[in-house]
Amino acid sequence: MNFRRISLISVPYLWLLVLFMVPFGIVFKISISDYAISIPPYAPTLEISNGWVGIKAFLSKLDFENYVFLTEDDLYWKAYISSLQIAIFATALTLLVSFPIAYGMANAPDAWQPTLMMLVILPFWTSFLIRVYAWMGILSQEGFLNQILMNTGAISEPLIILNTNWAVYIGIVYTYCPFMILPIYATLEKLDTSLNEAAIDLGCSRTSAFWLISVPLAKPGVIAGCFLVFIPTLGEFVIPSLLGGSRTLMIGKVLYEEFFANRDWPLASSVAVVLLMILIIPIVLYQRNQQKMMEDEQ
Amino acid sequence: MNQTAMTEIFAPWENSQESPLISFQSVTKNFGNFIAIDNVSLDIYQREFFALLGPSGCGKTTLMRMLGGFETPTSGTITIDGQDMVDVPPNKRAVNMMFQSYALFPHLSVWDNIAFGLRRDKLPKDQIAARVEEMIKLVQLDKFSQRKPHQISGGQRQRVALARSLAKAPKLLLLDEPLGALDKKLRQDTQFELMDIQETTGTTFVIVTHDQEEAMTVASRIAVMDHGKLKQVDTPDRIYETPNSVYVADFIGDVNLIKGNASHRDDGKTMLHWAEGQPPIVAECPHAPSIEAHCTFSIRPEKVAISRKRPENRTNTIQGKIEDIAYLGNMSTYKVVLSDGTRVKAQTANNRRIARRELSWEDEVWLSWTETAGIILDK
Repeated sequence: MNFRRISLISVPYLWLLVLFMVPFGIVFKISISDYAISIPPYAPTLEISNGWVGIKAFLSKLDFENYVFLTEDDLYWKAYISSLQIAIFATALTLLVSFPIAYGMANAPDAWQPTLMMLVILPFWTSFLIRVYAWMGILSQEGFLNQILMNTGAISEPLIILNTNWAVYIGIVYTYCPFMILPIYATLEKLDTSLNEAAIDLGCSRTSAFWLISVPLAKPGVIAGCFLVFIPTLGEFVIPSLLGGSRTLMIGKVLYEEFFANRDWPLASSVAVVLLMILIIPIVLYQRNQQKMMEDEQ
Repeated sequence: MNQTAMTEIFAPWENSQESPLISFQSVTKNFGNFIAIDNVSLDIYQREFFALLGPSGCGKTTLMRMLGGFETPTSGTITIDGQDMVDVPPNKRAVNMMFQSYALFPHLSVWDNIAFGLRRDKLPKDQIAARVEEMIKLVQLDKFSQRKPHQISGGQRQRVALARSLAKAPKLLLLDEPLGALDKKLRQDTQFELMDIQETTGTTFVIVTHDQEEAMTVASRIAVMDHGKLKQVDTPDRIYETPNSVYVADFIGDVNLIKGNASHRDDGKTMLHWAEGQPPIVAECPHAPSIEAHCTFSIRPEKVAISRKRPENRTNTIQGKIEDIAYLGNMSTYKVVLSDGTRVKAQTANNRRIARRELSWEDEVWLSWTETAGIILDK
């Protein structure tokens, strides 16, 4: 084996090692430590100066009691389940909103497409946090939405949206729409327009041509988009904590509170490790889908 | 294929009793300011293999897409089987189209692609299966019915597209550059297959192509188009032998064009005075030019004989010098310069070995042709 090849391959592995495996190792180590009132707020810490005895003493103090605790207190598994529910429902909503947009974009005149693409990406030019705060202004009881609806006479009482799960869904759909639109658009845009004409020529109505041709062929884009939305949504913290209410239970929020309110780093770390384990399943599925697509294209 | 026999027997366009399957009546189609189809009137008859031929952008595809229902005429009417088609959407027409890109559904197998149209008609399952099997046999794809389109070759995809568009037994099949994506050898084989299938199924075919050889091979009649207008609609042999304009003569095959002034002779023949001090070219024209100035004599290279000695009993003989010889294997093309600088190509079959050839560069030769070999055109 020559040196050049090894060094070339080693770049991504080194990247993974330094930026993923090492931090993960640290978090995992903290998760099997114990809570302590000290700096850093966990024990034991490794004292290399004590030599072999020090390492032995260090290892003997590590245990999995934080993980056991996660199963004992129902707050945690309820938060995981609730996060999964919210993520699945929000992903479905995002798909529902994004597919027509992507379909419209792909079928728009060629001259418009760069502009439409720009409009989808435009929100990224403003800070995510500011955009979520803006939604508070829109959705609150005296917010723009309620004012408009009251002034037009559509409702007499202000709608209570902010600090409910609905506000969380609105926030997630709004924030993650581009991640769903872009892969679906990319798939639809590649399709030969004569496929649709061929379907109509063979006796389809426009609607049935859409369901029989466009939708199945958009599947790879839909799958990619769903994963791109589902994975970050599951651990989402900002949106539920700003838009959600006290009853919105999401694991990201629990994680934040363990870290910063309770300062229980070991427990928070174990919550994070379990979350990662849950996320690995969809990530592996996503990888497999990507690979299948690549093979199909050959 | 017995092209000649077919044209002798099958010529509904010459029978005034016959009513056309398709009829365009003063059809015009504009895209914004661009006139894609300019006042076209055309009849196409049942069982015809009709070719729309022309350079890209001449409107041939637009004309065909109007038959499919994908474009509507700006003015004029189109009837199929006597029915006005203006308000009939593509999915309600007994017309199917084979797309240039084939447009096979990539997520469906060959079998399901062919069954697609039949399923839309909600036919009983066994009937669909029987028809699909029949189509698969027709295009000889028995072994590939369960493959996806990306797992078969270009030629096989072309057959699937053909089978899919024929499955619903349309009154009219439209083919948009059906062989464009195939290499030359495969294209020639497929041309004959297309003709066989057209004859077996008895379907009317309208084919769009820019390849004149392809049009000549497959079609019963050809419409040569340019800038949205029909230049000439006729059988391949007549398009080739008696083009009605310089455009058609030049578009189809190789041709010599000699410019001059025409005059009529008492015996009905036409003369073209093409150079000072040279005898005029005499030709018998089926449709003699109406204007006398600026006419063009058009003759195919293979109809020009070339010899060292002046031939005795030919009306048209012209002397010239060989400038260039192109050896094509089965034949040779001689480029001869006439006294006034006009270049004329003469083609002869190479039935002798190249070493025995008696003509060479810079030789003084005589070109000759009969009165019926060429034609004098005024446009």
